[in-house]
Amino acid sequence: MASDTAVISETGSEEGVRRRDWIHIAALSTAGVGGASLLFPLISQMAPSADVLAASSTEVDIGAIAAGQSIKTTFRKQPLFVKRLTPEEIAAAKKDDGTSMRDPQTLAERTKEGHEDILITMGVCTHLGCVPLGAAEGENKGEFGGYFCPCHGSHYDVAGRIRKGPAPLNLMVPEYSFTSDTVVRVG
Amino acid sequence: MSFAWAKQYEPQSTFTKWLDEKLPLPRLVYNAVGAGYPVPRNLNYMWNFGVLAGFCLMLQIVTGVILAMHYAANAQVAFGTVEHIMRNVNWGWALRYAHANGASFFFIVIYLHIFRGLFYSSYKAPREMIWLLGVVIFLLMMATAFMGYVLPWGQMSFWGAQVITGLFSAIPVVGEPLQVWLLGGFAPDNAALNRFFSLHFLMPFVIAGVVILHIWALHIPGSSNPAGVEVKQESDTVPFHPYYTSKDGFGLGVFLIAFTAMVFFLPNALGHPDNYIEANPLSTPALIVPEWYFYPFYAILRAFTGDLTIPFTGIVLIPAKLLGVIGMFGSILVWFILPWLDKSPVRSGHYRPLFNKFFWFGLIPTMAALFYLGGAHAEEPYIMLSQIFTAYYFMHFLVILPIISQIEVPKPLPFSITEAVLGKDTPAEAPRTGTAATGDAGTLPDGSLQPAE
Ligand code: HEM
Ligand code: FES
Repeated sequence: MASDTAVISETGSEEGVRRRDWIHIAALSTAGVGGASLLFPLISQMAPSADVLAASSTEVDIGAIAAGQSIKTTFRKQPLFVKRLTPEEIAAAKKDDGTSMRDPQTLAERTKEGHEDILITMGVCTHLGCVPLGAAEGENKGEFGGYFCPCHGSHYDVAGRIRKGPAPLNLMVPEYSFTSDTVVRVG
Repeated sequence: MSFAWAKQYEPQSTFTKWLDEKLPLPRLVYNAVGAGYPVPRNLNYMWNFGVLAGFCLMLQIVTGVILAMHYAANAQVAFGTVEHIMRNVNWGWALRYAHANGASFFFIVIYLHIFRGLFYSSYKAPREMIWLLGVVIFLLMMATAFMGYVLPWGQMSFWGAQVITGLFSAIPVVGEPLQVWLLGGFAPDNAALNRFFSLHFLMPFVIAGVVILHIWALHIPGSSNPAGVEVKQESDTVPFHPYYTSKDGFGLGVFLIAFTAMVFFLPNALGHPDNYIEANPLSTPALIVPEWYFYPFYAILRAFTGDLTIPFTGIVLIPAKLLGVIGMFGSILVWFILPWLDKSPVRSGHYRPLFNKFFWFGLIPTMAALFYLGGAHAEEPYIMLSQIFTAYYFMHFLVILPIISQIEVPKPLPFSITEAVLGKDTPAEAPRTGTAATGDAGTLPDGSLQPAE
């Protein structure tokens, strides 16, 4: 380094690296880290606020749902489907348990033990979030007899599993428990 | 920022002389859109749409700022305040219809502007930067229009917000949290509506900033022209004012006739009736499609219905949902590399026989079909057709254009713009002043064609 023919800096040293460079780097780094840390609140403020996050739970009375019928309620401001499967639908869902699917799951995995006929899913298409049809009387249930999302044509089967179309996942099963034989607590 | 023979600004009065020394704003205007800006003499009406786009931006800003005085971005009342604008505010209906149809006309104008760029290859050197900035403006416009459409909080607003932010959830790993972050919740609600309003207000001004850069970049080489040969001599150009101020002014008149006809007689023809139903998070409209100007991109999004897998193993490389999103954004992002995909040195489609065929019989019908398909139901045969046309769209840019530009034999180009206009036999007009165009224009050193500062 001593043989370096670098420009002579203000400090009089003959090196290419000046003593003052250090203070430039230190000052800019300090300001840079400080400035960058300002980004955190700026970005974080856009995340869901405390009231939106506040845990919410919904109680659903399933006593009045007849076999083959569904009801639509809400959970966290999003639609929730509660459906009582008919024996034929249960059989059909079980028959398909082994077939190849995009998001393989059995009916048993998607329901609670002893309540195989109660299917509780979010009514939110896993593609881009539309509400699939099929929960109300007379709506298009799609090619697999479950739900059909009209937005981009996703077909879900009786167990709410994705069988055809662009959606990547089965209709989500939220966390829930039976508080009695006829009341379910979601969330 | 102009050719050597450009007229110089000469302030006349004491006041303008004083102003020219302190803040030469009149000089800037004179050189940018006045007599001091020489423009090719042969521009046709396709060159009108830049000025019209600028007009649309001003129109949206003026009507938008006024709407914002009467609108409230709260999910409880937003729908009601828009109805309040329609029914109670003096002339509110006219301003809102002007803003909503103004967005549509803005896109019509921009699409024709882009079409001009594609046919006359305005994106080629030395104008790549103008083109790139244009693509940026287009992306910003799409974001602005999307967020504006959410504001009335009707059914289409709500489900549009749900579906479009859902696009981000396709991104691996960070997708879902990203969507929640964008919305500020698990579904569109107050937080989303409010931030969309804030950004919808801001973005047009950001667009205006990029437009300034776009025009700055334009004024360095100057406009291209239908013949596609560069300006060589003074007789190739006319001053912007009065020649193009009057031509563009006439175009603006025609535009306004069409625009006001829509605003006054068919104000809802381009909209969706479902958006007059207040947002309902529990029920999706039977057909959800975006505004018409997004149809081609929506068709591409829906064309991807199957996962990309390694054959016979069932291993999914890219799920269908992500493919659709990549395809949709890719269809615009491909424009960013267009100047380097089309290597032909010839600009104008008129002199490119092979390009001309693929343009009119390939790209244009494809775009028309995608426009139609994006508004159709998500069922056969529309899905299959969308797939075919999406494939052609990408083929056109990524395969056909590069090949054409290698193998095509272009038609002979006119020597100059003057020759293109007046024909070969007419002796070229004597240069009106003896500035730059002395001697044989064809052998002028390149430097003389460079705009002088
Ligand atoms: C790039 C320019 C702009 C575009 C493309 C655009 C587009 C749109 C669209 C499509 C709508 C929905 C119209 C409807 O269906 O009712 C809208 C609404 C609205 N925009 Fe804009 N806009 C622009 C500029 C602005 C500006 C500069 C402001 C205010 C500063 C503004 C304020 C509003 C307001 C308050 C609404 C809600 C009222 C309504 O729905 O009519 N916009 N905008
Ligand atoms: S949102 Fe359901 S298919 Fe796209």
